[in-house]
Amino acid sequence: MIQIENLHKKFGRNQVLFNLDLDIPGGGIFAVLGPNGSGKTTLIKCILGMVIPSSGEIEVKDNTIKNNWKYRQDINYLPQIANFPGNLKVKELIRMIKDLRQKESNEEELVKLFGLEPFLDKKLGTLSGGTKQKVNIVLTFMFDSPLIILDEPTTGLDPASLIKLKELILQEKNKGKTILITTHIMQFVEEMADEIVYLLEGNIFFKGSVEQLMTKTKQTDFEHAIAAISIQTADA
Amino acid sequence: MLKILKYSFYDLMRSRWNYVYFLFYLALGFVLLFLNNDLSKAVITLMNVIIVLVPLISTIFGVMYFYNSKEFTELLLAQPLKRSSIFLGQYLGVAGSLTMSLVLGLGIPFILYGLFRSDTIWNFSLLLITGAFLTLIFTALAFNISLSNENKIKGFGYAVLLWLFLAVIYDGLFLLSLIIFEEYPLDSFSLAATMFNPIDLSRTLILLKLDISALLGYTGAIFRQFFGTDKGLIVSILMLILWTVLPIGRLTYKAKRKDF
Repeated sequence: MIQIENLHKKFGRNQVLFNLDLDIPGGGIFAVLGPNGSGKTTLIKCILGMVIPSSGEIEVKDNTIKNNWKYRQDINYLPQIANFPGNLKVKELIRMIKDLRQKESNEEELVKLFGLEPFLDKKLGTLSGGTKQKVNIVLTFMFDSPLIILDEPTTGLDPASLIKLKELILQEKNKGKTILITTHIMQFVEEMADEIVYLLEGNIFFKGSVEQLMTKTKQTDFEHAIAAISIQTADA
Repeated sequence: MLKILKYSFYDLMRSRWNYVYFLFYLALGFVLLFLNNDLSKAVITLMNVIIVLVPLISTIFGVMYFYNSKEFTELLLAQPLKRSSIFLGQYLGVAGSLTMSLVLGLGIPFILYGLFRSDTIWNFSLLLITGAFLTLIFTALAFNISLSNENKIKGFGYAVLLWLFLAVIYDGLFLLSLIIFEEYPLDSFSLAATMFNPIDLSRTLILLKLDISALLGYTGAIFRQFFGTDKGLIVSILMLILWTVLPIGRLTYKAKRKDF
């Protein structure tokens, strides 16, 4: 689904991604983890074409993404911070995105699932953080695309909505889709992820399943295993 | 691109400032005609207002819109859309709505006053065309400035400085250099200096068309002497087109390479 080769990205003097190779086959949930500033969001934005790589090659569904925009038709993206034009109503925003993508969508079902009906006629600027995130989720999941990229999807959600989100993600996974998630909530990763990609200082430090990680770090608890990586590398 | 244009335009049409701008021109048009009672004199007064005000409003509006729609832009960037069409669509949305306010705001009073029965119609149309060009040019410059500056305050500052430079300081420097170097032949220098400032260029263009030698000034006189009235008109319009195309070109070039 996604092939990345020799990816480099520099912001001025700050080298964020360094010689990164990553191969994500189709199907399953992949968790992209790593400490703050390890380049998770940059990696995701490179795949989306929002950040232009300094060098390296990225392919999505065997199409190079350089100077290409049509491949984004196959991607649903949930941005980290739900910033929307404040003077639009929720309904108008949904209609606009639908108009721009010209794809089948099932937003009514999702609006109902997250109980957003009373907010449809409200302006986005007046919504609370959690409600905005729900709108964000509706916009992401309303289209049927083979690749779903979620950047910190759990931010600001209440427990009930979190459960609904998890169900939604599993549903999409069972349809054979590829889902890329970044998060700092380890419990969420342990529950959902099929595979972990651990980024450290702009490169991939570990790639494999949760079990593999536990054997590698000789830990029995997932959260400790992740913490152990950071400590090991700090010692080294 | 047309869809982005549609949404930007729709968004701006709901903004209060666009109406203020429209009503201002409407009022200006009526007041001028009421005071002057003469269409061609009103055109000259309008020229002086348009040449300073249109660049100022376009610059400020352009910068404000660009920074305010940052979220909208980021939302669009993740959609299957071409980058150049996102930015060109937004640009045309801003420039289009400003031009519409200008044309409608001034057009309505003049038409009511009997523009179509008068022979100033061509002068008036040229005035509106120049106003449209100035809007396109300065909105494009404003978009360029804001694309290159992440910092809002800095971008705003540069944009206002640019306007101040082209509208006021440039003329001062120009005059000063004419005085200092008065012993040298300055024809080609002043010709070039006029070309490099879209505001001066517009002024010369309109005065050439109005054919009022007294108002032409030194540059205008040289312009006419060098090109003749018709050729002068064509050359200045071509220069205005160049002034529009170059910043739009840089805008698309930069937009393709920027990280968001």
